[in-house]
Amino acid sequence: MTDRLLDYDEALATFDPVLGLEVHVELNTASKMFCGCANVFGGEPNTRTCPVCLGLPGSLPVVNAKAIESAIRVGLALNCTIAPWCRFARKNYFYPDMTKDFQTSQYDEPIAYDGWVDLELDGETYRIEIERAHMEEDAGKLTHAGASGRIGDAEYSLVDYNRAGTPLIEIVTRPITGTGAKAPQVAKAYVAFLRELMLSLGVSDVRMEQGSLRCDANISLRPSSTSPLGLRTETKNVNSLRSIEAALAYEIRRQAAVLSSGGRVTQETRHWHEEGYTTPGRSKEQAEDYRYFPEPDLVPVAPSAAWVEELRATLPELPGIRAARLQAEWGFTDAELQDVVNAGALDLIEATVAAGATPAAARKWWLTELARRANEAGIELAELAITPAQVAAVQALVDAGTVNDKLARQVIDGVLAGEGEPAAVVASRGLVVVSDDGALSAAVDAVIAANPDVAAKIRDGKLQAAGALIGAVMKDLRGQADAARVRELILERLA
Amino acid sequence: MAITAAEVARLGELARIRLTAEETETLAPQLEVILAAVATVSEVAGDDIPPTSHALDLVNVFRADEVQPSLPAEAVLAAAPATEDGRFRVPRILGEEQ
Ligand SMILES: [Zn+2]
Repeated sequence: MTDRLLDYDEALATFDPVLGLEVHVELNTASKMFCGCANVFGGEPNTRTCPVCLGLPGSLPVVNAKAIESAIRVGLALNCTIAPWCRFARKNYFYPDMTKDFQTSQYDEPIAYDGWVDLELDGETYRIEIERAHMEEDAGKLTHAGASGRIGDAEYSLVDYNRAGTPLIEIVTRPITGTGAKAPQVAKAYVAFLRELMLSLGVSDVRMEQGSLRCDANISLRPSSTSPLGLRTETKNVNSLRSIEAALAYEIRRQAAVLSSGGRVTQETRHWHEEGYTTPGRSKEQAEDYRYFPEPDLVPVAPSAAWVEELRATLPELPGIRAARLQAEWGFTDAELQDVVNAGALDLIEATVAAGATPAAARKWWLTELARRANEAGIELAELAITPAQVAAVQALVDAGTVNDKLARQVIDGVLAGEGEPAAVVASRGLVVVSDDGALSAAVDAVIAANPDVAAKIRDGKLQAAGALIGAVMKDLRGQADAARVRELILERLA
Repeated sequence: MAITAAEVARLGELARIRLTAEETETLAPQLEVILAAVATVSEVAGDDIPPTSHALDLVNVFRADEVQPSLPAEAVLAAAPATEDGRFRVPRILGEEQ
């Protein structure tokens, strides 16, 4: 990585960022977009293909009704207009991830367009305008064989077409202005919102780590909010909420450094690397020419107003409304709720509460201890190897006095390390708090005997000195004691 | 509509067809004739005839979201020039960074 970067605050003091986000969502239909092959993640390569998704000559695609239904519901939830008549188009390109040498997509007739969503961030509302949400199919999966696994030094590539033909919705925003230094957070909040939205609609499992929600983040800088838009870069491979924020912050600093030194931003695709930087990909100086034309194998889609209204009636409680309801139920402040939403923890906390924990306890575990571990591992909260039910079980152990907070953290260690359920970890690691007063008293007596000076101070009324003795007892008992009870015992003896 | 040799070269590039300079020179006027022939259609079609992309007057031809059996992987791969680990093996992809 050799990019020069400007300090973030300095970059924002000099330039006004403009965002654009393209989000691909894989629909969770049972079958693929144009054929009956099963639509599931992974599996043995090339076991879910047929003449249609392999693009064999003479095969005829037929549109999956459920995919259209999902696309219309997504469009409605994004406050879009639903096209009364639209077509699929062929997007022609040559790349081995598509056997047909074209991708079936929509071009100038998207099924949904002109929508908006409002995002709340730090007490401000940001309106994100949706230009379009269109339907298309996913491509196959390439593996590059070679020294590094990178395409540059690949000897050859291997292709698995299981994913080819998976229904996708691509949601494209209009340029997002007025976010200033918050641009990366707004982008993250937007994608977090879309993830919640898709979950509440039940149209996708939106697992970013499996690629069922993918984000391409465009950003450009301009000298001021009244200047024309600058040249933009499109960063791909941003596959977690954290990466979206980090990748955009990086691009702001990089572009600002280029512009500040009198340079010109190259309009190009860039790739995000989890190590924290972007590298240039294809240059977009020459506009791509996909020679789109209407797909002759598919007839137009013309959703009737009655069908659209029927689908509108099926829209569930949407994320904003749901968040507001949960906030009221849980008694969280606006700031607390915002932290939960931005951490992508709403579902996790809801499930933890459903499993018996109090909202406050659920929030405490997910947003502190578990958030720290997810951060360290560079993964999303939901990817941690602990379930909401297990978190609730840990809290139940604390409430029952079986373990204290410190031991609870060790229980979490055990669960994350695959040692089983919380109760099993407690048993196998011997983590139970020593509640037997006999054992506690013996430990307290031993510590008092070993520290006569400190004991004398406490006898003289310097109660704050008790801390040293409590610490020593806790150490002897390997943390497996209730500190408050230890303090009581010490003060009783030295009264 | 005048078609230049440069335009033919660009089309060749997009279609991944290698054309010599002589071929682009020869094809340019030929494509011009073809385009002119197709353009005569618009002379016949009046303002009351909308452009169409399909011969059938149908909309909303859908299938139910039901899984059908896929082809066996062996049969699928048997048609490939080269395979490895149950996947299609394709030549190194040049000129593009992923
Ligand atoms: Zn298929």
